[in-house]
Order: sequence, then C-alpha cells, then structure tokens
Amino acid sequence: MPILTKEAAQALLKKVLAYSKADECEVSIYSGDSGNVRYARNEVSTSGANSKSMLVVSSAFGKKLGTATINEFDDASLEKVVRRAEELARLAPENPEYMPILGPQQYGEGSGGYNKDTAAIDPAYRADAVAQSLTITKQNKLVAAGFLENTVASSAMMNSKGLFAYNSSTEINFSITVRSEDGTGSGYASKAYNNVKKLDAAKETSIAAQKASGSKGAKAIEPGKYTVILEPAASIVLIEQLVNNLDARSAEEGRSFLSKAGGKTKLGDKLMDDQVTIYSDPWHPDMPTSPYNNDGRPQEKITWIEKGVVKNMYYSRYWAQKDNVKAIPGPDAFIMEGGTASLEELIKSTEKGILVTRLWYIRPVDPQTLLFTGLTRDGTFYIENGVIKHPVKNFRFNESPVIMLNNVEALGIPERAVSGESNSSAILPPMKLRDFTFTSLSDAI
Amino acid sequence: MKRREFLHYTGLGLGAGLLSQIPIIGKAVPLEAPWYTIDVAKKKELADVALNAARSKGATYTDVRIGRYLNQFVITREDKVENVVNTESYGIGIRVLANGSWGFASTDQMDKDSIARAAATAVAIARENARLLTTPVQLAPQKGYGEVSWKTPIEKNAFDVPVKEKADLLLSVSDAAMKGGADYVGSFMFLVNEQKYFASSDGSYIDQDVHRIWPTFQITKIDKATGKFETRNALSSPRGMGYEYLIPRESDKIHGVTTLYRDRYDMLEDARQAGTQVGEKLKAKSVEPGKYDLVLDPSHLWLTIHESVGHPTELDRVLGYEANFAGTSFLTLDKWESKKFQFGSPLVNIVADKTQPGSLGAVGYDDEGVATQKWDLIKNGVLVNYQAIRDQAHIIGLKQSQGCCYSQSWSDVQFQRMANVSLQPGTAPLTPAELIKNVERGIFIAGDGSFSIDQQRYNFQFGGQLFYEIKNGQIVGMLKDVAYQSNTQEFWNSCKAIADKRDYRLGGSFFDGKGQPSQVSAVSHGSATARFNGVNVINTARKI
Repeated sequence: MPILTKEAAQALLKKVLAYSKADECEVSIYSGDSGNVRYARNEVSTSGANSKSMLVVSSAFGKKLGTATINEFDDASLEKVVRRAEELARLAPENPEYMPILGPQQYGEGSGGYNKDTAAIDPAYRADAVAQSLTITKQNKLVAAGFLENTVASSAMMNSKGLFAYNSSTEINFSITVRSEDGTGSGYASKAYNNVKKLDAAKETSIAAQKASGSKGAKAIEPGKYTVILEPAASIVLIEQLVNNLDARSAEEGRSFLSKAGGKTKLGDKLMDDQVTIYSDPWHPDMPTSPYNNDGRPQEKITWIEKGVVKNMYYSRYWAQKDNVKAIPGPDAFIMEGGTASLEELIKSTEKGILVTRLWYIRPVDPQTLLFTGLTRDGTFYIENGVIKHPVKNFRFNESPVIMLNNVEALGIPERAVSGESNSSAILPPMKLRDFTFTSLSDAI
Repeated sequence: MKRREFLHYTGLGLGAGLLSQIPIIGKAVPLEAPWYTIDVAKKKELADVALNAARSKGATYTDVRIGRYLNQFVITREDKVENVVNTESYGIGIRVLANGSWGFASTDQMDKDSIARAAATAVAIARENARLLTTPVQLAPQKGYGEVSWKTPIEKNAFDVPVKEKADLLLSVSDAAMKGGADYVGSFMFLVNEQKYFASSDGSYIDQDVHRIWPTFQITKIDKATGKFETRNALSSPRGMGYEYLIPRESDKIHGVTTLYRDRYDMLEDARQAGTQVGEKLKAKSVEPGKYDLVLDPSHLWLTIHESVGHPTELDRVLGYEANFAGTSFLTLDKWESKKFQFGSPLVNIVADKTQPGSLGAVGYDDEGVATQKWDLIKNGVLVNYQAIRDQAHIIGLKQSQGCCYSQSWSDVQFQRMANVSLQPGTAPLTPAELIKNVERGIFIAGDGSFSIDQQRYNFQFGGQLFYEIKNGQIVGMLKDVAYQSNTQEFWNSCKAIADKRDYRLGGSFFDGKGQPSQVSAVSHGSATARFNGVNVINTARKI
C-alpha cells in the first residue's frame, strides 16, 4: 500500500469504523516503505526493499477489549478485521483497568518530519552513497562496514468518539565502522536525519576513518574512576535508559530508581547536577516526532528533568486517573540541553581524561540504582593537558546515568545522535563527567 | 517495521512490561481460530512464479521463502489478564544472485503479478549493487532435495490449547507467587509457529512446520520500610516443543537448593519457590568481591555459552560482516588454522547442532535449503571449526554449507545465524552435588540475569537469578549483588569439572539479535552443571 495522505487515511479509517458494532471502536493505520544497503569488507553484502502496512482495530464491549490487525484493504478484509476484533473482545476477560477511548483532541500542526527528497530515495542513491564512503576507505587502506537505511511512513488513528490524528515522516539513518587492515584500529560515526540533504556519508566516513587510524596501538591503562568526555553517540545509550525509566506507576509501586520507601517517589527531588535539563518536543526543528501517542493523547513539549530536578513522570491514562493527575504520555524522543563548548574545547580544558566515541552492549544490572554495564568501543583515547595523547584499550564500565549526571563538569553544544543500541535518535551534548566507573579492561578492538 | 513502531501504533505495549522485549509483526487472527495451513501445492505454484520471474530477469540463482508466521501472547499481571494477542503474518521473500551480487525483495501481496514484480525488484537491486562488487558471491553447491517436509516433533499443539487454560495457568502462577510473599507478578506465555516453505533454483521444495513455546514470569518483592526491592525471574527455558513442556513430570525435576527442570517445566512450583526466594534475596548477604570458584547451573551457563562461544564462532563475525553493529570475533582465522588454539581446558567440548530435539534451533533444513547437521566447534579445548553458510563455506575449505542460515520472517533476508551451540557433559560420572563438595570458596549460580560482552567477545560480565555461597563444600546461604567478569579464553580454560549427561539440560533465547536491519533468532544451548575456578566476582550495589 502506498504511503497515505491525511485525506486518504481519513477516508479509509471512516470506512472501517462504519463496520463497527462495538460499544467503542478505535482504528489506526501504519504504512511504511524502506530500503537498505549493508556493506562490509569494503563491498556490499546485503540490501533490500521492504514495504509494510498494518491496520489495527480495537473494539470494546464494556471493559472487554479485543484487538486485531490486517494488511489487506479490500472491503471484505476491512469488515473481517472489525468482526475479528469484536470476537476477541467478546472472548476476552474484563480488564478492570480498561479506560474509555478519548473524544476529539487538539493536536499541533504536523511536526514537519516528512521530507519529499528523503521519500524519493532509490537503490541508486543508496549505492552512490556507499560508493562515496568506499572511495575514502579504499584510498586510505582502511576497511569499511556500514549501513544505510531510508524510511517513509504515515500513521493515522480515528475512533467512534470522533478522534482523528495523522502524521507522516521520513528518515535516513547511516552508520559506519572503519577498521585498519591489520585489525588494530577502529573508528565509528553515525547520523540520522529527516532530510536526506543533511546527510554527508563521505564526511561521516572520514570521521570514522580518522578515528580508526588514530586508535592503532592502544595502550592499557588501569581501570578505575576517570574523567570522561562522552561523545553524543556514546552518552545517548545511557541517557535513553534514564528517560525510559521515568514511568510513574513503577515509581509509585516501589520498583524504580524513582521510588522511595512507603510508596513515595522522587518527583520534585534534585537527583542530578544543575546543568542537567532534559525535555521532549515533537516540534523540535532538528528532530520532529509524532504529535500524538498510541492512545490518541496529544504529545506536548514536556520538561522531564530541569536543572537536575525530576519535574515530570509519564503516566498511563489508568494510572493518571487513579492519581488524579494529568495523563502525560511517554516521549518519542528527548532533547538534553548543553553548553557552548565544542568537543575540541572540552578536550582542551581537560587535564587528564578519557575520550569515548561509542558505548556498546548496554545491559541493566540493578533497576534500584539504574546501574548499567557496557563497554567503550571504536575509538577510546587518553587526554592529558588538553590534548589527545594516545589511544587506550577499551574498558568495561558499571555506571548509573543518575550518578553520572551528578558528576557533570561541562556540557558541549547539543547535536542529533543515534543510539547504537535502540536505533533511536536524540539531541544531546558531548559531556565531560568526573568519576566515571571503569571496572575492567577489554582486549577488543 | 521496527518493534517500537509496531507497539506504538497498536498500543500492544501498554502495561505489558515483559512484552516490551518482544518484536511482533503480523496481523491478528481470532483467539480460537481453526488450525489451518496453506496448501503446499498452492505454495509451490507461487514459488515457481518467483523462480521463473527471477530467471527471466537474469538471476543466476534464486531462492524463495513463503512464510505464514503465527504468534500468540497471553499476558497477565497479578490477578488480571492484561491482553491476549494473536498475530499472523503471511508473505514471500525472494533472494537472487545477479551479476555476482545478492538482491532481495519481499511482499505481502500474494498474487502472481505482485510476486513477479518483487522478483524483478530483487534482480534490479542486485544489479545496482554489482557495480560496488569486487568479489562475486561464491555459493557452495547444494543438491536439490525435490519435495520434502519436516515438522517439530510436538506432542500437543499449544495453539490448540484453549486460551482460558493458558490464562488460568498464568493466574495460578500469580496466585502462588503472591501467596509466597511476592508483591508483584508479571507473566506471559509466548507461542510461535513458523510455517515455512522454501524453494530454490537448485530444485528444492521444502515445507516445514516449526513450533516453539516460552512460558515465563517475573516476581518483585519490596521491603516497604527501606524501599529496597528484588526480583526473581522464572527458571523456565524457551523450547522447541509443544504444550507438553508445561505438563510437569517428576522425572524431569532436579531437586536441590532450588528445583530445576529438564524437559518439562512445573511453572506453578517454580512460582511458589520464586515467591519465597525473592524474599530471601532481599535479606541476603551482599557479596564480598574477589576470586571465587563458580558452579554454574545450565539455567545460567547457557547464556555464557551463547555469548562467549556461540557468537565468536560465527564465521560472518570472524570475517567482518558484523563489524558495524554486533562486532567481529577474537577467534580469527589464524587461530583456527593453527589447529592448536587452546580455547578452553581439555574438558571443554562444544558442538553446534541444528538437529537437537526440543531445541529452539531445530529444523530439518535451513533457510537456504541445506539439510541441518551437527559438528564440533571446540574439541578437547581446541578451536576446530566455525559456523558457516553457503556463501562462506569455501573460505574455510568446506565443500558444502553447515546449514545455519535463517531469517526471522519472510520479509527479511536470511543470513548466518547461530546453531544450537552446547557444552558436552563430562564423561566421568559426576553429579552437581559431588561437584560442589570439592569447592572451598565458591558461588553456585542458577538462572540468567544481566549479560554484556565486548564486540570481539573477550571481556564479559554476567549476573544471574539465584546466588548461593559455597563454603568448604557446602551451600551456606544466599548472596546478592553478584556479577562475574572474565576474559573468554581465561574463563573456559578455568573449567575444571563438568557434571555428566544425567544433568544435561537446555537453556536458550527467543531473541538473539544480530544484523542490520536487526533480526532475532531463537537458539538453545545445552550443558551440565560446570565448575570454573578463580573467577573474578564484583559487587554491583550502588547508592544514588
């Protein structure tokens, strides 16, 4: 199915709703086209084209809810999926936490995440971008492994109480790891944009190539607590874990880093350094996201952490009603404020420290303290007296983003980064942090 | 579609903490849908459309996968059934070689014109990429098998079991855990049926019916006075079995400080003991960091095997195909060529096996039409082989693929995925209890927990579910805040004892992630309880 315009989505969903016999019915449609090319050992390995769509129908009789989906759009299939959802609802046990569907909502204008040039990307564009990348690595006797993926998508929802929401978006996502031919050096760069014209695959390849060459001959230094400078591609994988754990219900139930004894939470407590402010904004020009969430609530600009203080948690509609508070949905992406220093200036101001390009294999160790473990990767360097002295072997860390954001020395200029773990985007600054806990050395390059 | 997007647009992620780990793609079918499969003659007819279309566009090799994938989730939380979801996904993926390069395209429009168009798109992509090629793809020869079939040998189809029966079991699990002292219980049952049809220009038409099951829970207990909390996850393992996995048998139980399970799982019993144990975890002594002899139960060791042996022996990682995402491998070709790289102690024998009954990875044929097999990876501690597929076989001198190619869906391209990789039991009679008797200062670990390993598979850190302190050959109490760190080669060379085959059990995962775009694969790992001497244990407790 082609990507739907707002009008086409509205017409389709209206037709589906007309089949409904349930007390309440909510329908949504997602359609997306994507293409990708993957390369390694300086040549293309796999690539493909993928087109998927899905119509989701949720029907309710009282507090009994059923959901069915389909990807065929003839009239008979549309009626069939509605009947299936109703059948599921009749068979389902009553859910005491079921919340009636919302009536019409006010959404802001489309957040501008759709770009026609990105939507028009074809296999030739992808092959050309890879060719540019490979020219650089081959000329420098380095070895590239990279991935380029473009997506165009639309989504819409409508319900029997008159709610309608629509969004369309595009994205191009590029990442590259460049290694020396002898396998003793490795560098990495990644970028994601809504507008393909912002992507310069050659520039990103050059950054990764420089890191690969510069990271050869890494020296071992003792693990311990170090001042670190985390580039945005490194810090995003820890900060996203913090944002993902701002759920009010878990906090009030006592099973979150935001829990306090006796069912109290740390909402309003100062947990981090004054320099830490994290918010979400669907209309941010550099990272527009959907103006609505999956149950039709409008997304707004929300401040989660302000000057180190927990200002907001996100709620399901059920839990918000129970608490008699506003039902703030979780964010699709986050923005962390920063400073005015460039990465180079952060390095220059560092007496002794470690520059980290990328963190890898992040896994939770203790939800109580939000402790995570993982490793540095693809460019780890020792800084002394404001200059990069030499590459160092990679480390394993055990660290909590809460502790880490209490130890902020300085923040640089925010930029859009991609998580190597979740593939999600965020805007955040390079961070200079003291006492980051490295617990062992890794021989990996 | 990315998992996050699907959950976002369907709302399936709401309130389903454990479910949020699960990628779901597909269209729903009614709860009690009649069991049916697509007629094999129809699949052959559609496959031939793709094969012929690709050939006519110039493909020199084509394979076609027609898949109908069914999932069912039953999700409970305390005394509530949160959701019951059936999904169905049906479509075709076409892979071609043209001008020496791979191309792939997929579609869920199952009419002949759409299939022919997808085949043409796959050829066009291959041709576009061929201009970037320096070495044409070299495909190991594979004979055509003609029309053959294979089915997971299940005793009871889990999709035929009424949803109410499954929901009742999970609610009983919650009840048992809460009566044991738990404050919160989340549980789910996840069932998979892959109806896979493979056809290739080699002359194979392979019809397979694959079944998997995963029942699990997570229990939380909170100390309201201090605000501290602990969790205990199920000691179940996902399996390539039918619903019979959930029909307990005493002969499949291993009794000790906690009861462990072989080929049948007593979910209620495990929930009862978990409800008690999570309270003991809250009161347990925080571990003193240092060197310990670790006695690792198969319910824990499977994950260490997966990360430190399974992944580094994948040939695509060794060669650099995963360098941008999952990484490479320290087990470089020179180590294999030397035939004397001491990966582990002489006790360590590790095999890859795609034929193992009850395992998650068991199939008759892989996703490029190769009959599955069993082979040695580590023999008496020495690295002897890798895991390879058709376009890699020549690199390690194989005349044919080892049959470990897999795709998570008809819509994704297949590539090299891990076979079931398992540590062989010891040959001398030895029980876990006898093994513990010889430990002066150690920790017995059951269940899998936190896991992380570097991008070349040297440095790792693992947690677990239950940690028991061993002093002078006796288990003396429970510990908490335990994680161990080691280097893969040092760790496996510290293996000093392995219990015998009476203790051999399978662990595994539904969600081994790899590739770009990332795909998941289900894989099992077997072992008997094993002892590793002098491993570094850290204390993970922090204050915020």
